[in-house]
Amino acid sequence: MPSNPGSNPGSNSGSIRLQVTRYRPESDSEPRFQEYDVPLRKEWTVLDGLNHVKNEVDTTLSFRWSCRMGICGSCGMNVNGDPKLTCAAFLDDYAPGPIRVEPLANFPVVRDLVVDINDFMEKLPRVKPWIIRDDDALLDGDGEIDGEYLQTPEELDAYKQFSMCINCMLCYAACPVYGLDPEFMGPAAIALAERYDLDSRDHGARERLDVLIEHEGVWGCTFVGECTRVCPNHVDPAGAIQRYKVKAAKENVMAFLLPRGAR
Amino acid sequence: MSDGLIRAAHDVLIVGGGGAGLRAAIAIAETNPQLDVAVISKVYPMRSHTVSAEGGAAGVIADDDSIDEHIYDTISGSDWLGDQDAIEAFVNEAPRELLQLEHWGCPWSRQPNGHVAVRAFGGMKKKRTWFAADKTGFHMLHSLFQTTLKYREVTRHDEWFVTKLLVDDGRVHGVVAVDLFSGKIQAITAKSVVLCTGGCGKVFPFTTNANINTGDGMSLAYRAGAPLKDMEFVQYHPTGLPFTGILITEATRAEGGWLLNKDGYRYLQDYDLGKPTPTPELRSMELGPRDRLSQAFVHEVEKGRTADSPWGPIVHLDLRHLGADLIDTKLPFVRELCLKYERIDPVHELIPVRPVVHYMMGGVHTDIDGATPLAGLYAAGETACVSINGANRLGSNSLPECLVFGARAGRAAAEFATTAGPVPAAIEAQAADEVRRLERDLLGKDSEGESTSAIRDEMQATMEDAAGIYRTGPAIAKGLDTLRELQERIGKVGIADTSRSFNTELLAALELANMLDIGECMLQSALQREESRGAHQRTDFPDRDDQRFLTHQLVHRNDDGTPRVESLPVTITRWPPGERVYGR
Repeated sequence: MPSNPGSNPGSNSGSIRLQVTRYRPESDSEPRFQEYDVPLRKEWTVLDGLNHVKNEVDTTLSFRWSCRMGICGSCGMNVNGDPKLTCAAFLDDYAPGPIRVEPLANFPVVRDLVVDINDFMEKLPRVKPWIIRDDDALLDGDGEIDGEYLQTPEELDAYKQFSMCINCMLCYAACPVYGLDPEFMGPAAIALAERYDLDSRDHGARERLDVLIEHEGVWGCTFVGECTRVCPNHVDPAGAIQRYKVKAAKENVMAFLLPRGAR
Repeated sequence: MSDGLIRAAHDVLIVGGGGAGLRAAIAIAETNPQLDVAVISKVYPMRSHTVSAEGGAAGVIADDDSIDEHIYDTISGSDWLGDQDAIEAFVNEAPRELLQLEHWGCPWSRQPNGHVAVRAFGGMKKKRTWFAADKTGFHMLHSLFQTTLKYREVTRHDEWFVTKLLVDDGRVHGVVAVDLFSGKIQAITAKSVVLCTGGCGKVFPFTTNANINTGDGMSLAYRAGAPLKDMEFVQYHPTGLPFTGILITEATRAEGGWLLNKDGYRYLQDYDLGKPTPTPELRSMELGPRDRLSQAFVHEVEKGRTADSPWGPIVHLDLRHLGADLIDTKLPFVRELCLKYERIDPVHELIPVRPVVHYMMGGVHTDIDGATPLAGLYAAGETACVSINGANRLGSNSLPECLVFGARAGRAAAEFATTAGPVPAAIEAQAADEVRRLERDLLGKDSEGESTSAIRDEMQATMEDAAGIYRTGPAIAKGLDTLRELQERIGKVGIADTSRSFNTELLAALELANMLDIGECMLQSALQREESRGAHQRTDFPDRDDQRFLTHQLVHRNDDGTPRVESLPVTITRWPPGERVYGR
């Protein structure tokens, strides 16, 4: 963002209207819309428009943002009903407007465009998104690390796509199942579980499967595929969920055929 | 203590959840699992600005490389202002830290044989920069964050903004912070505090830095009585996108990209950086250090050899000869950013770039274990100045710096916490005062006051005029006068937002007050350093002056709030000051 977007020399072709959700928990019984006209510039994103409002028009508007380059995952909102990173949604793609800017769907609204993502933050550790080893390989006599775990480029490619998740929550906002069943683990968390399962350095697939096979872990998903469609980083959570369902189904067959001790 | 005032009591409280903060948290959880450690941050940890780092992390691992060569590159890159004992520790520990991250799942790019791959980087004589394509910071941050989740003893206070360090009798005892979610203002006590809040690029108008990089930790330390060090050294990265300031990584040049002026000429050959070769030469031309490359850009502007853009003069970064395969494998994010934000494809088109504020070499003065002069207060990462970066940081040294000194500061803070006594009663009164200050001075204020965004715009313009790539004494002095006026005005700022919940207007005003402090420290230090060294170039003092200025500058806060600059010797061990030589 330039310091003063109002005086920005970029190309200007009139203005565009933003219809923005406003909600203050102390005074509002329910959200309402407020309209703002912002300059329609070729370079400007929806986020630039919101910052123009915040700096020049209405300082009370609240929203999250940080990196403005699509990597921190802060600025997800529903733009004309579709979950988007607002730093990567350009105003002129929505011309002539108006553009409806709402908080991400399926989450409780804290204030204006800010949603409460603590449900995800609590679910994430349950899928154990870290390397699990069943050995202490590659430690020297003093317990210091002695070399790297080898991993070929092909082995890296096997999980790389699932490692690109920025936790932006667009997939949760798009997921009709999460909207109806908050117990569902959700697309990003399952994709991250799969990311570690597919990592050649990891031995934790069994533990994660135990978590995801229970309750609403993966079974809630009806394979709508909206999560994959809205993902800004092509992570394909729907693919991850599908893989887990296959794993879980196999597991159920094995459980039926063999007693636990023999597995 | 009364329930409402104190939210929590921890052994160690880490402020900031980026690379340094999370590394510190894990270090404490691993070495002292019985300690109660917490991370407090104004954003969820995975939003921290470490996420935006692209090119890589330096650590000696290749067979043809050596510890001494990385040390020498870093010292000469720092224009001999880095402390050589700190640099030696850093270079020695960086490979172990990067391996540790590998064990924690970081998806480092690999060679066909499965070993970690390394690439060239600016100012480095050997290939030693580990990378995860060109999203290295993102992968490091998420690997660290996800790894912290397995340590149940690490508590988090997400989206809490720290407004003050609680200090009694020369020792830190915790913080006062605002819960952004509810607007509650409470104290969190701790036996030791580690500041890991990153940099402060938002002091300037045009920066690669994120919105959150407002130097909060530097300001907290400064106000609490801990000095800031080498604040005059501001790194301009030579290649930012012209409108947004989005970083185009140095890895583009490491992979063979060229910098061209408007005539298509590789202009760096005119600035004592070597001769152009078809494939990149280490420590030469496009792989020179960032300070020298950004300075060369200014001279090209003066010669009329840059191209025009709506946002001022630009040069071009040419990747076309690298081909789509290499770009998609090693620089996919660069291609994505160019397509999205410039609507050009670097496979076929030139990328317009200009220098952009990127990194603060200066920060909270610490020793080699992250300890500040204030007992119980530690700092690590860009917030801190140990110093390994001196007058100019080399690309890919900052990510391992977060790891090496995050871990060191964490261990030292843990050690301190095990010996510290109870929180004194005076702290409660101090916390109550701070709560009242925020309630009365900010939230209870007339909304018709000064505008935060107007003051911020003026501050940023002032800093660019006074502390740009080239500086003069009179311009710096004028900038200081303006900042002092702005400090008066911030005292009269109006907050129209009366809601407690997620009041980002209050947050922006508090961040701006922090930045005004830091800007003043930068300019005061810049004024007193009457020489040119690394990223600090004074046209009225164009030469390096080792007689007077082979020294750090510490900025202390006087009782009346004004800054006072004192000098501190640089630690020189085995590498006496010499000429910085690139490309010859």
